Amino acid sequence: MSAAEREVLAPSSEEEAAAVVATCAGAGRRLAIRGGGTRTGLGRPATADAILSAATLSGIVFHAPSEMVICAGAGTPLADIEAALATHGQQLAFEPMDHRVLLASTGAPTIGAVASANVSGPRRINGGAARDSLIGIRLVNGRGEIVKSGGRVMKNVTGLDLVKLVSGAYGTLGFLTEVTFKVLPKAEQAATLVIHGLDDVTAIAALSAALGSPFEPTGAAHLPAGMDWSGARTLIRVEGFSDSVTYRLDAIGKLVATGHRTERIDGTDSEALWRNVRDAAYLADPHSDAVWRLSTAPTRGPEVTAAISRQLPGARWFYDWGGGLVWLSTLAAGDAGAGVIRAAMATTGGHATLVRAPDAVRAAVPVFQPLDSVSMRLTEGIKASFDPEGVFEPGRMYPAV
Amino acid sequence: MIPFPAPDQSILARRAEIVAGLSRLVPPAALITAENERRAYETDALTAYRQMPLAVVLPRTTEEVSAVLRFCHEQGVPVVARGSGTSLCGGAIPQEDAVVVGIGKMTRILEVDFANRFARVQAGVTNLAITDAVRHESFFYAPDPSSQLACTIGGNVAMNSGGAHCLKHGVTTNNLLGVRMVLIDGSIVDIGGAHLDSPGYDLLGLVCGSEGQLGIVTEATVRILRSAEGARPVLLAFPDSAKAGAAVAGIIAAGMVPVALEFMDQEAVAICEAFSHAGYPLGAGAMLIVEVEGSESEMEGQLARIVAIAGEHGVETVRESKSALETALIWKGRKSAFGATGRIADYICMDGTIPTGQLPLVLRRIGEIVASYGLRVANVFHAGDGNLHPLVLYDANDLKQSRDAEEAGSDILRLCVEVGGCLTGEHGVGIEKRDLMGVQFSAVDLDQQMRVRAVFDPEWLMNPAKVFPLEGRTPILPVAA
Repeated sequence: MSAAEREVLAPSSEEEAAAVVATCAGAGRRLAIRGGGTRTGLGRPATADAILSAATLSGIVFHAPSEMVICAGAGTPLADIEAALATHGQQLAFEPMDHRVLLASTGAPTIGAVASANVSGPRRINGGAARDSLIGIRLVNGRGEIVKSGGRVMKNVTGLDLVKLVSGAYGTLGFLTEVTFKVLPKAEQAATLVIHGLDDVTAIAALSAALGSPFEPTGAAHLPAGMDWSGARTLIRVEGFSDSVTYRLDAIGKLVATGHRTERIDGTDSEALWRNVRDAAYLADPHSDAVWRLSTAPTRGPEVTAAISRQLPGARWFYDWGGGLVWLSTLAAGDAGAGVIRAAMATTGGHATLVRAPDAVRAAVPVFQPLDSVSMRLTEGIKASFDPEGVFEPGRMYPAV
Repeated sequence: MIPFPAPDQSILARRAEIVAGLSRLVPPAALITAENERRAYETDALTAYRQMPLAVVLPRTTEEVSAVLRFCHEQGVPVVARGSGTSLCGGAIPQEDAVVVGIGKMTRILEVDFANRFARVQAGVTNLAITDAVRHESFFYAPDPSSQLACTIGGNVAMNSGGAHCLKHGVTTNNLLGVRMVLIDGSIVDIGGAHLDSPGYDLLGLVCGSEGQLGIVTEATVRILRSAEGARPVLLAFPDSAKAGAAVAGIIAAGMVPVALEFMDQEAVAICEAFSHAGYPLGAGAMLIVEVEGSESEMEGQLARIVAIAGEHGVETVRESKSALETALIWKGRKSAFGATGRIADYICMDGTIPTGQLPLVLRRIGEIVASYGLRVANVFHAGDGNLHPLVLYDANDLKQSRDAEEAGSDILRLCVEVGGCLTGEHGVGIEKRDLMGVQFSAVDLDQQMRVRAVFDPEWLMNPAKVFPLEGRTPILPVAA
């Protein structure tokens, strides 16, 4: 059944959502979870009977600027959250990626989906991932029960941390109704040092040196030649009070870029650059290509890409997170390179996720890294502990999860 | 008093057989059976509670841990994991029918990688030893619990430990990249690694802070960070707690996140100053330690902003550290708060977290609660994140005072939850807060957690006396009369 044909259930309250889920669980009716619908292409293709929408669970519950915390209904548009934070000079530290660019999707991304898919961006190396900022959740589990975990305070070790478990579960454990994030002051200024003309290995070494310096970069990416009209560019971002940004960017330049051509980029130009890195915009076209997300130790990044490109000559890639995150595009034919990519990563360590490919490919190829037998047993057990009837997002992560 | 589950008599009756079985799995030096030697393991830093374990095993390898757990699983014998025994909530207190598995002999640093900014260590390595192993390259491991000289990284992972510097760098879960863990059936699983995110469900996030109930961590891969060019604390003395609290809110509202933001009340300042002679302003109603870092001019700039904000909130004394020695002294005073308090009285240390906006109200109510029991309290806490450490002072030789102190502590934690906070910010639930879990969580919340727990340990053999109230468990454990 195509997404357009499926019934959309939009409960107007948490209690109503719980009742809907309980009814569906009893009837063997399976639900796909929908926020703004911009990330429905992530994971294995949906096989649900109906859509459970969080769109009506929208609105900021509270924003306490001096406590650096914001709480909102899961269906709240991310743009509303960011606007509310901006009025107090604050932001989400983890710089969530906008998947619309890569997936050519439309709609408004929601804060619930950011939590559910653990969506982070370039600042993850310094400010942590979405799951690090997520401090509280409320959800409806597959038994139709309302469960809370965490809360509104940023230091909390009371009981098992179900918040982390739910973040990155892509809705397979429950329907989020409310999420609470800690937030950070937005820096007074951001600027980027661009180093031109480095090859991958040299670039990642430079990024490692910068990230191992006392100058705390908040972005560290490398765009090999051919990403756009420019040649190879290595990007290092620093944020803070303006005096400090100048001092730190100069210090990093002396440390890692001596003898290379460099420039400093400020303001909206710098913002645009990092938005493109964040959204993997450099690999958005051609849309027919598959796009992978590889996570590894930073200095292993160039080893992985070299090994892959020997067997997949058409592959293109760039690096974020100092080299530890590789965005890589391949031809979507066959297994979209899955065998080659995962074999390469078996040597270097880390894992690969297929972020974009036609439904048929994502149904045939393991989208998430296959797990060892113990981890898989734990994963299936956790799924059953939240959702024994398999109501939510059947098969979105693994065939049985 | 907090009850333990009644020991399983059939296990106690089989003690000789169980010990013989363990002796076939580990060398004699790794197995402690004599009563006088076991006594060293009967409690942790929650010394009011003691239970003599059945036996103590100190494995040297993951494989030995696996063999011991598999054996205990087959025999149906509970297992209590132990790092250095510094838990303040009784997380490592054993039980009479349990085998203690201590990780204290697993102390090797396995790998340090500066280019990729991680260290892989055995679980018995102390928190401070990680920093010591990377200090020569000016790196450090960020979470810094006060017990960092003694506590192990395995214990830190089990309790998701924090410290004074987490405002900027986060707690254990934010600095942990991977673990090797042994489950109760002996299976060994690697979660995470040298990369920043794990595939599938965030098992690493679940394991971190699970208080030894899901498995025993034998190796940890942690993020190491490059130290700032310099770090400098400033002491700010205020006439009262409300003004100090307002200054904290002002600093954060101005867009600054200092690396540490610590609060001490008048009683705590007096106790710590007498111990450390750090030059704390005696007589001040409340004191903040604010630490900034960066280059010389960056620190000056930040401190100028902070001092200006403090000025708007009636700061009485401002004292910047002028030397590394002075900085060390200032932190020694704060980090020895628990030890220094222990010199003048017995105390129980609470660990609730509150929304920072509730600070003035909560401090006033804590004073009232403790006074209503005729006791005294010293308050030290991490002001930036609202993690309180009221130290309720009492005399352990006085039974009524002991009971009252426990009651006062429980009242304080109920207050923390009532204002929107939680029972524990960094010490863990253990046995200490186990029976208060219903204050913060509904039965549905707890059942969900227990179902997840049961995926790892269906028979409830791992540290079973802790975290979850004894009533309402499945299967229900018998409670000692």
